[in-house]
Amino acid sequence: MQTPHKLIVDLKNVAKSFGAVQALSRVDLQVAAGECLGLVGHNGAGKSTLMHTIAGTLSPDSGEMIFHHQPHSRRFNVVAAHRMGIRCVFQELSLCPNLTVAENARIFHSDLKGLGWKKRARRLIGEKLDEIFPGHGISPDDVVGDLSIDHRQMVEIARAFTVSEDPLHLVILDEPTSSLDSVTAEQLLRYMRKVVGSGVSCILISHLLGEVLTYSDRIVVMRDGVVVAAKAAGEFNRDSLVAAMGNVTEKKKIQALEQFVKQRGDTPVCVRARPPHLGECLELVAHRGEIIGLAGLAGHGQTDLLLQVFQRLGGAEVRGPVALVAGDRQTDGIFHLWSIGMNITVGSLRGLRKFGLLDAEQETVTSNQWKQRIGIKTPDMGNNIYSLSGGNQQKALFARALGSDAEIVLMDDPMRGVDVGTKLEVYDLIRTEAKKGRTFLWYTTEMEELNNCDHVYIFRNGRIVVDLPRSELTEEKVLHSSFQEGV
Amino acid sequence: MLNPQSLRAALPVFSLVIILVPIFYIQPRTMSYFGLNLLLQLAVPIALATIAQMFILAVNDLDLSMGGYVGVVACISATYLNDTPLLGVVLLGLCVAGYAAVGALIHWRNLPSIVVTLGMLFVWQGLAVLVLPTPGGKAPEWVKDFMALKIPLIPFPIVAAAVLALVVHFGLMHSSYGAVLRGVGGNPKAVARAGWSLLKAKMVMYALAGVFGVLSGLSLIGLTTSAQANIAMPYTLLSIAGVILGGGEFVGGRVSPIGAVLGALTLALATRALTFFSIPPDWQIGAQGAILIIVLALRAVINRREG
Repeated sequence: MQTPHKLIVDLKNVAKSFGAVQALSRVDLQVAAGECLGLVGHNGAGKSTLMHTIAGTLSPDSGEMIFHHQPHSRRFNVVAAHRMGIRCVFQELSLCPNLTVAENARIFHSDLKGLGWKKRARRLIGEKLDEIFPGHGISPDDVVGDLSIDHRQMVEIARAFTVSEDPLHLVILDEPTSSLDSVTAEQLLRYMRKVVGSGVSCILISHLLGEVLTYSDRIVVMRDGVVVAAKAAGEFNRDSLVAAMGNVTEKKKIQALEQFVKQRGDTPVCVRARPPHLGECLELVAHRGEIIGLAGLAGHGQTDLLLQVFQRLGGAEVRGPVALVAGDRQTDGIFHLWSIGMNITVGSLRGLRKFGLLDAEQETVTSNQWKQRIGIKTPDMGNNIYSLSGGNQQKALFARALGSDAEIVLMDDPMRGVDVGTKLEVYDLIRTEAKKGRTFLWYTTEMEELNNCDHVYIFRNGRIVVDLPRSELTEEKVLHSSFQEGV
Repeated sequence: MLNPQSLRAALPVFSLVIILVPIFYIQPRTMSYFGLNLLLQLAVPIALATIAQMFILAVNDLDLSMGGYVGVVACISATYLNDTPLLGVVLLGLCVAGYAAVGALIHWRNLPSIVVTLGMLFVWQGLAVLVLPTPGGKAPEWVKDFMALKIPLIPFPIVAAAVLALVVHFGLMHSSYGAVLRGVGGNPKAVARAGWSLLKAKMVMYALAGVFGVLSGLSLIGLTTSAQANIAMPYTLLSIAGVILGGGEFVGGRVSPIGAVLGALTLALATRALTFFSIPPDWQIGAQGAILIIVLALRAVINRREG
């Protein structure tokens, strides 16, 4: 490690919450000049939130942010971050697809203007691409939208390293290799080491633990919005990293729940599906009355499989009516202008008919029954759905699915942003309904929710890689198989 | 086989030729200097309105007030601008400022542009009636003279369209701030993250639309010599159709100034062509719609192949 620590970034007690969810609670983080910091943690550990805070796209609720040994006011924003030499390659691509590669470089650098700006922009991005990814085959005049996803990511990375007017001190790479093949990923990581050698700092976030272990100087592990470990990379190995990311005290809970374990296969199969993937892949099987967990890192094909079952595509065998509980409430779940009651009964309108028209009285009765049954906290079910808290909105969506005639309920990580109390109530509800013979396919990114499942399938890169019955489920196993590197 | 991108770029040219060839075939006299002048005269204000609409579409908005706005401009130009030029210029300046303000409001309150501009349509229409309650007024002489300009060899409307297309093409597609403005349509979040003001970008685009709307109104009364409040009502839909016909997209900041001008010419010619084909007037609007649907369907096919 370098001797007199020149700190680029020094965060003290930084906290940030989104509604009921505490994304960051009292995080301390230091990045020294010329250091590569690896940052790991499970989904929702707060890594991305932390990086957005440093990059100036999110402002923390409290805490101190010190850059180059100078405390910064609360009005820290992207422009200030850029001026201070902090760049970020965000996980979601931030290129404009309708512009060319060179024009995207122009957007990044406010001083690329006046006569000949296009030529300078072309040269700037072209040379950086050549430097990082020799033989990349991207022309600065290509329109970004026409490039393949890996080329787009290469452009985005190269752009972050280009220097014009503002200095370059820190580059945050959030999952930079997620859509690169192994050769280009290595080119990038080598280049990163070279830049680090010249005094620039990097923060490397990756789910590929091997990358982090090999290429970082120091590793910080986050869990549930706090930093749980920070040591030199040499002091970690794969197992200790995984152990640091996971929650060891969970085991007791699992044992307590084990009495619920059911034998597989004593009820008929009602769902059989396989992700539309070439090559080796397990098949998902759900028996009647089971709760099936779909685990793994976010966005590794779980939602696609649920949709495949829902739409009965790709040879999915589905026996019985299906309902889907959306994960993204605001866009996929809620009818914004409707009352709570209408939002629930819309799933079961067929049963509420009288002479072919909707029976308003019956509708009120049904929605009030649900209010009792799952304890929606509202004085009047006729109120707008937005009068409820996030957790209660989600309960209403559950009520919609459970109130329908569906025998199979698909859940797309429905507990995002729901408070603990509501979660426990919903878990109970799911278990009771499963006992009555309903089948649940439950995609979740939260480990503890998997403990409610009879069977867990772990997804990686669009495939099902492991199939764990409840009795064999441990957090370590889930983490290990989610993070396993491809050979 | 041609690649889909150049196919898509060629489509506006292709549709213009498809309309033009039968006109020339049926009425060969249109192929003269005078014939082309007559044929394309009314395309100039439509092309200007289409460019104005294109600025709005480039930032993922839609302007339904264009027809009303061009109407107000026409009415102001036929009255104040002719009688008290200074006051006329100030009023037209206020119209442009009004457009920028609408853009600011839409961005600031995150309102759907369709709703706001639909409301503005009635505001502009009302203003037009206030300015000129009964049809009439008189276009300023210099506007009339400009529109009647005789350029040797090439008819004026063609020169005007070419100049318009090239000026906007270089301004929007090749200037450094133009790249930022188009980026706002492609990925506003990314542009904001790079430190640009989205509010300013939206206001600039709306103000540009206002400026080209003023030019459209002026050129329109230069041809008609007098104005009335509803003079430009079809321009709202014509301008949107022109941009789309010219290869623009409703979202994503994909627009093409050259294409938009070609699209406007095509639409203006389509009306004439239907007369030449002796299609009864009752069917003409329907036939115009059919042309639009065919071209858009063609593009959808090309896009799908690209995807």
